[in-house]
Amino acid sequence: MRLLSCSAAAVALAWLFSSAPAAEPAHDLSPELAKIRAVQPKGDGHRDAVAAMKKVSQADAAALPIVIAAMDDSSPLVENWIRAAAEAIAQKQVDKNQPLPLAQLELFLKDTRHSPRGRRLAFELISLQDKTAQERLIPTLLNDPSVELRREAVKKALDDAASISTKENKETAAKLYQNAFAAARDLDQIKVASAKLKELGEAVDVPTQMGFITGWKLLGPFDNVGEVGWDTAYAPEKGVDLTKSYAGQKGEISWVDHTTTDDFGIVDLAKALDKHKGAVTYAYAEFVADKAQPADFRLGSINATKLWVNGKELAANHVYHAGIEIDQYIAKGELKAGKNTILLKVCQNEQKEVWAQDWKFQLRVCDKIGSAILSTDRPVTRTSALPGKNVR
Amino acid sequence: MRFRYSLLILPLLFATNLHAADWLQFRGSENRSTGGDTKLPTEISSDKNVAWKSPLVGKGVSGPIVVGKKVFVTASSGPVVQDRLHVLCFDADSGKQLWHRQFWATGRCFHHPTSANAAPTPASDGQRVYAFFSSNDLVCLDLDGNLQWYRGLGTDYPKAGNDVGMSSSPLVAGGAVVVQSESQGDAFAAGLDVLTGETLWREDRKLGPNWASPALLRDKEGKEAILIQSATVLTAHEPRSGKQIWKYDTSCSIIPSATAVGDKVFLPAKGLTVLEATATTTSPEVAWESNKLSPGNSSPVIVGDQVYILNSAGVLTCGDVNEGTVLWQQRLAGKFWATPVVAGEHIYCINDAGKCFVVKLGAEKPAEPITGELGEAVLASPAVSNGALFLRTEKHLWKIAGQ
Repeated sequence: MRLLSCSAAAVALAWLFSSAPAAEPAHDLSPELAKIRAVQPKGDGHRDAVAAMKKVSQADAAALPIVIAAMDDSSPLVENWIRAAAEAIAQKQVDKNQPLPLAQLELFLKDTRHSPRGRRLAFELISLQDKTAQERLIPTLLNDPSVELRREAVKKALDDAASISTKENKETAAKLYQNAFAAARDLDQIKVASAKLKELGEAVDVPTQMGFITGWKLLGPFDNVGEVGWDTAYAPEKGVDLTKSYAGQKGEISWVDHTTTDDFGIVDLAKALDKHKGAVTYAYAEFVADKAQPADFRLGSINATKLWVNGKELAANHVYHAGIEIDQYIAKGELKAGKNTILLKVCQNEQKEVWAQDWKFQLRVCDKIGSAILSTDRPVTRTSALPGKNVR
Repeated sequence: MRFRYSLLILPLLFATNLHAADWLQFRGSENRSTGGDTKLPTEISSDKNVAWKSPLVGKGVSGPIVVGKKVFVTASSGPVVQDRLHVLCFDADSGKQLWHRQFWATGRCFHHPTSANAAPTPASDGQRVYAFFSSNDLVCLDLDGNLQWYRGLGTDYPKAGNDVGMSSSPLVAGGAVVVQSESQGDAFAAGLDVLTGETLWREDRKLGPNWASPALLRDKEGKEAILIQSATVLTAHEPRSGKQIWKYDTSCSIIPSATAVGDKVFLPAKGLTVLEATATTTSPEVAWESNKLSPGNSSPVIVGDQVYILNSAGVLTCGDVNEGTVLWQQRLAGKFWATPVVAGEHIYCINDAGKCFVVKLGAEKPAEPITGELGEAVLASPAVSNGALFLRTEKHLWKIAGQ
């Protein structure tokens, strides 16, 4: 978790005042906001923050942009404390039929250096009193760094596209759906946009748009009877050699190629390797990055998994048959420029229930808001679906 | 000396403005699903005895609670995962929404489509509301919606969470809010200070999925213990220190929760196991076991000499609390998630399709239940307060009261 230093907080406030000079807080809330920003996991910092909240929650409405700015570079925990204070301040004003500082909040919203959640809250507060806000502001948010704000604009693009007769204006409708598809980061909107584009006969590459890895090398099964495989470091954990064969659970095994054609990158091991129970399989991929960068490695699996990137263990989820979801486990990691290695261990247990037979996973590489990061050697279908591209 | 001072000041710190009619937590202030002598209408449907009906945001299978003239309920929303958390307060007389606070979940938000992130029922000590979510976010607000503190237990313990969804409701006792979070990734029970949210204690539990809620044991001497029910054991703890008072090893159900009345604990285990136990017992004794009284999703309800069980086939069974014998059975219909509530002479059972069954209490098999349709799904356990039944349906909060 990152917390801003006092100097960084001062910079954040300086941004605010440089863009919203009209905001004049009745009281300097800096000491109280600093105490709230100092809240840490496991209840650390709570005593000071509890006292500070009483003061901040009673602040004048003019202080709202300053209060919300305290979310900048703060943790999700702090964002919730700050949000609650801002809502309490705003509610008093609204209950008295008094205006919120709409102009300052709109300047805050437009300054993308502020935290995505702070800007989202500003948008919600503006919308409470300015009935024109949504119509004015939403079209400007299609590529916003806030996923919540971007979603509003994608929804508008989808609605606009749906309102067009595809018989008479197929090209216009397709263009709107393409823009929505390229901008969408929420799964439901990606599904709607891709389905509509397919209906219109457009090429759509969902795995590329989302950054799913589709080409894997698989090695298995190794033994996991009694779940012994979870803590057993089989050969791939000591070093991947794609040319070697190994003694597996039921005989000699070697790496096999597997390419999934699933839109969401699901690799069904029960189909690729057979329905082994009490078994471990490794999946390996190489990923060529154009530059060093932080990356999310977002995994979904209904089985127990361990994930290594460049030999470093990023995640271990010893959970069997409790559902599979896209982005179920998000591991923060680093890509280095050039070749990177991704190794996944997928463990199946011996449960006999019908619902406990699945053995599968899906993995994508993306940035913190879900924009795909693609391996530079990925075979690419040139469509408008490519991240950041709006035209063919 | 310091210890003596603490003993003196603790009751003052946690003094509350409790009203006898409050319904402070899952299954009520006494945690027994009983609204006492409160007289409720027996005809309940979407067009009968509806005092008000207010729309709710998002989703939720958490039940409402009532503190004085305020009704609190939680909800969750989100386009893909329900990562937006809502705590709402309504005026009990008019149904007007008094305030609405929102937060961003910090823990795991996945759940089965029938459930929601807002699955646990909130709790209150009469001064503060403690809203807990499947994502292990725990929010403490005063009754006017001012945040007192916020804990992200999913941040603290990131492997805690079941992607089918968690549902254990918090319990407040002895100045501690007690939560239980058990899954394959992490499993614990913890007590947090009601005033600061700081952790008073944490106990590791055996890894594995569990949806049962902590239960309140208030024995005949008035001494309180918290019962924590896991798949293989029931343990009793001092609320504020977490110190284990006693334990009973057995194979427990992991959805319905134990109900304690006087010096008896009705434990969903091997059907139903009844323990003779108090808050100071060192070793509980088994009074009886019956596999004919096997709770489905709803927890046992005890009224006088009878225990009422809703099983997974939708059959309401009445048993004798002293012998465990079955007195009568009444087939209702459908699937039940909500634990029934008792008011006056009736038990109110509502199935997941929103059909209400009002059944007369007593050792003799009653006449056919009085039924009515709400027209919306009901998975949340209702609240009873001041002559009214408060219901959370799929999209609304309802107050049912006689004219």
